[in-house]
Amino acid sequence: MLEIITFSLLNGVVYGLLLFMVSSGLTLIFSLMGVLNFAHASMFMLGAYFSYQIGTWIGFWPALVIAPLLVGAIGAAVERYGLRHVHKQGHVAEILFTFGLAYLVAESVIMIWGRNPIENRVPAVIDFPAFLLFGTSYPAYKVLMMAISVGMFAFLYLAFRRTRLGLIIRAALTHPEMVGALGHDVPRIFVLVFAIGSALAGLAGVIGGFALLTEPSMAAALGPIVFVVVVVGGLGSITGAFIASMLIGIIQTFAVSLDYSLLDLLRVFHVVVSSDSAFHEVAAVKIAQAAPLIPYLLLVVILIFRPRGLLGRRDA
Amino acid sequence: MSESKTASPVPERRSGALLQWLERRKAWLFAAIVLIILPHVPGLDGNFGRSLLSQMGIAAVFALSYNLLLGQTGLLSFGHAVYFGLGGYAGIHLMRAINAGLPIPMPLVPLAGAATGLAFGMLFGALTTRRAGVVFALISLGVGELVFAAMRILQGFSGGEEGITANRGMGPHPFGLTFGPQLQVYYVIVFWSAMAAALMAAFLRTPAGRMCNAVRDNPERAAFIGYDPVRIRFVVFCVAAMFAGLAGGLHALNYEIVAAEAVGAGRSGTVLLMAYIGGVHSFFGAVLGAVTITWLQVSLSDYTTAWQLYLGLFFIAVVLFAPGGLSGLLLMHRPILGTRAFLHVVKSYAIAALPALAAAAGAIMLLEINYRRATQPDTGARMRLFWMDVDTSSVWPWLSAIALLAGGAFLFNRCRRLVANAWQQASDEARTVGGMQREPRP
Amino acid sequence: MRKSPQPAAWAAIACFVATIFAGPSAAEVKLAFIDPLSGGAASAGINAQKHFTYEIDKINAAGGLNGEKLSIVFYDNKVDPQESLIALKKALDDGARYIFQGNGSAVALAISDAVLKYNERNPGKEVLYFNYAAVDPALTNAKCNFWHFRFDSDADMKMTALVNFIATQPQVKKVYLINQDYSFGKAVASAARRMLADKRPDVEIVGDELHPLQKVQDFSPYVAKIKASGADTVITGNWSNDMYLLFKAGKDAGLKVTWYTYYADALGAPTAIGRDGNGVVKVVTSFHGNALPEPDPDVAAFRKRFTDKLDEFNYYRLNTAFMMLTAAAAKAKSNDPVKIARALEGMKLTTSVGDVEMRADNHQLLQPLYVATFSDNVKFDVEKTGLGFKTDVKVTAKDTAMPTTCQMQRPNG
Repeated sequence: MLEIITFSLLNGVVYGLLLFMVSSGLTLIFSLMGVLNFAHASMFMLGAYFSYQIGTWIGFWPALVIAPLLVGAIGAAVERYGLRHVHKQGHVAEILFTFGLAYLVAESVIMIWGRNPIENRVPAVIDFPAFLLFGTSYPAYKVLMMAISVGMFAFLYLAFRRTRLGLIIRAALTHPEMVGALGHDVPRIFVLVFAIGSALAGLAGVIGGFALLTEPSMAAALGPIVFVVVVVGGLGSITGAFIASMLIGIIQTFAVSLDYSLLDLLRVFHVVVSSDSAFHEVAAVKIAQAAPLIPYLLLVVILIFRPRGLLGRRDA
Repeated sequence: MSESKTASPVPERRSGALLQWLERRKAWLFAAIVLIILPHVPGLDGNFGRSLLSQMGIAAVFALSYNLLLGQTGLLSFGHAVYFGLGGYAGIHLMRAINAGLPIPMPLVPLAGAATGLAFGMLFGALTTRRAGVVFALISLGVGELVFAAMRILQGFSGGEEGITANRGMGPHPFGLTFGPQLQVYYVIVFWSAMAAALMAAFLRTPAGRMCNAVRDNPERAAFIGYDPVRIRFVVFCVAAMFAGLAGGLHALNYEIVAAEAVGAGRSGTVLLMAYIGGVHSFFGAVLGAVTITWLQVSLSDYTTAWQLYLGLFFIAVVLFAPGGLSGLLLMHRPILGTRAFLHVVKSYAIAALPALAAAAGAIMLLEINYRRATQPDTGARMRLFWMDVDTSSVWPWLSAIALLAGGAFLFNRCRRLVANAWQQASDEARTVGGMQREPRP
Repeated sequence: MRKSPQPAAWAAIACFVATIFAGPSAAEVKLAFIDPLSGGAASAGINAQKHFTYEIDKINAAGGLNGEKLSIVFYDNKVDPQESLIALKKALDDGARYIFQGNGSAVALAISDAVLKYNERNPGKEVLYFNYAAVDPALTNAKCNFWHFRFDSDADMKMTALVNFIATQPQVKKVYLINQDYSFGKAVASAARRMLADKRPDVEIVGDELHPLQKVQDFSPYVAKIKASGADTVITGNWSNDMYLLFKAGKDAGLKVTWYTYYADALGAPTAIGRDGNGVVKVVTSFHGNALPEPDPDVAAFRKRFTDKLDEFNYYRLNTAFMMLTAAAAKAKSNDPVKIARALEGMKLTTSVGDVEMRADNHQLLQPLYVATFSDNVKFDVEKTGLGFKTDVKVTAKDTAMPTTCQMQRPNG
């Protein structure tokens, strides 16, 4: 039992940290610019493909640095030459733009690397067991992933709180006009934030690429859940995003190990549902079966009862 | 573009009531005649043509209902397919009941869809319309995912991804109509689509409908003059859900199968694209968007496997260069329609179109060659491009594609001034002749 | 709302749709292929497309069907039932009389149903539906019809082969079932339960998991559960990402089990599984690269023509399907679909894998099945991975036959 709980906790934390890596950048972008960036997960995917390609040329460690920088540069270009022009037409136009961009990125990836999953294996330098737990070895790359994620959190937290840039960004979050009036170049801050956000997604992609599968639909698979993290965590809150990621990771992981349904609960109260009633089908659904839905349930509940999210400063 | 908001009905006069009525509705009558003739036009008179037209009709109702939300009330929804799909399920279950002997004629099936859409619209609308903007958008995303997952799990009701099937030919046959042939179903769909469009247009003329725009543009002010924005949003949401349900019922009738993907995120995204690409600020924009996107989705894949790439480029182009959507582009020309300089505008378009087409052809060649080489390398270097056999291992196709693209782009840039001048001339003329108040923006 | 733009809109519509023309041409037998050629599932469709190109060229080179050439049009359905129905209508307008489809049981059921209705409503213009890969048992049982012929073995037949093999493996003691939460996954799970209880009542089923289809990114919680159950064997019908990610999570957590799969030999799967699958991944299939001591001439010719890394002769059963079509046309002395359908019923042939038979009672092809292990000790590898499949056991065609609930409605005359 202890073994199961330990592993579930560990799995939940690892998945939560991966979610945080992807969504931290979006939290920045969404909070500052109000852009529901559907192409954010595409940046994650680009990070995975770039690091694979660079990795085969010059090795994993340089790739870990170069790939996110490349993705960041792409992000900056997208903001400067695309989104900026769309911004004045409102949210729907922005969403459609990022929507189209997501299509474009996926198709470009297909054009370069093909439709099938590429052989993005764990690089040899980090492919060894890190430690033994209950007689099972724990892979080192997951430890690296946790370290990078926690490091990312610390970096963002400190950058936000302790630097002048962080101060300006925080101010631009709530009072963009005022910040502009004070002589700060708000459009440039937007480019910078978009670039940083994309680079963070790219960095997540480097690790996520071999932790998951590197294939053209990986962005689409991860896209919606990243929004959930950002909204549940609350706008403008890195800490909120961190907590929301961990929460979703851990809840989802534990839910998988719960093989109970409403039927079992009713049985405790000696209520028997006949198997031909329409309700039986609903009641027989196990918690484990519904686990991947929990984030969306959380999203709806949070938005209805606390639209500012867990730690948000203002409503979404 | 804000034509629809400011448009006022033609002033009422009492003389010659019937003629007046016909006069005012000549666009509708014209549309009705076109719709009746269309399935007999050569090229559209086959099964495919007719079912494509049927699908366009369904998509048009769905997109119009979405336009009520997004265009008229400013509510961005990522989960509108929920009401479409649930309406579809109601329709298909009713059809099964009819197959089993319930004496209801098949053409009434869409009403069950509408009722179901309305019921679920009231249920979810009560929860979600309390807020507008991004909160509403994200709640609709969550609700959409939840309902989709529920449909996957509740297979007894939904048949999962395999869906529920029924037979529209089994049931009462009023006037000897079996509803088996696509043509009969097409006319049923056209009837309901026209009804739905007329009803939605009528709804927008009611006080509640008129308040939609006010709630979209300035909810505080709407509240000041005595309309609760939450209530207005709720009413519009329910109406939109009802017509989405009607479209779902038509879908059930047309395909005789409804599966879980009918409530899925893909369909919700598609309807958003239809409404936006068509243009959210005019009523007929949704129809134009529905027709265009349906056609692109169904037919583009016949010509190229890279159709998603082109679709993505198309969206981005519309967002960047035609924020009013396709209908915005068309409506832009209204003020200068009668002027003599309008011919100059058309001429300048024709001239600019040549380099634009050349550039597009060059870009398409490059994309196609690359795509083919990346996804089907084993099919060899020879491929067909624009009715020509091309050997991609030689340098010529590449060079000519690049030349077309660069040359076309360069010349097109030159032509832009030509177009702008013609526009200037036309709008000057329109201002002096017609006394236009608003200056058209090219 | 303004009025005058509407004629303009309708004119635009008319222009748009008038660009679509379709016209039938000279006497040839028209085939239609309806499968994904774009989007996420396109690789499977494109791979199958190559098989069709190969088979049709072969038949045409030998004189065609009763002297008429075969021609095929490929329609992209994006594995979407609704798109498939539109594609089907397009194919029917183009004059196709033989419809081929394989990817996705949902699509297969939609097409089967639509073909049945079309043939009812258009007597004299009947079309046949040849299903080469959709394995939902319902298609040849509760939802069978006269116009549908299946050339892949269904999920239950494959499970019988797997369970019969497990019955000979005493080291299998605890079995974990993990499947996708939809009709096919559920069919696999229930068949495994039923058949294990029958053939190996001593085997304990320690888990029966259903997870959402293509939604799970991280399978480690599921693997933790498998591990905690003490299972030594996992049976899964998962395909594509759901299988790769599951396997990957298992490897990361040091899970030591034998994997019995349906789709470990599908396009791209050997590459995704890689060396870690050596000796522990098994598959049930109607053909694999080392099924015959010497490669079949068709396999060799195919590989010579299509040389991409992933171009494997995955659809041997298509070869069988076209052999049967040719034989049926010869037997019926006609290319009329109804006559060919009657000729196909009960047809027996011998292919290079052995005797095959098209059952008359439910239109299910009986063909030999192989249970094979992914191994580095093979003559021919797959997808240039250095590993290939090695036969554990071959089940003859007649041993795969299952009772059917099909009540075939045959047309009169």
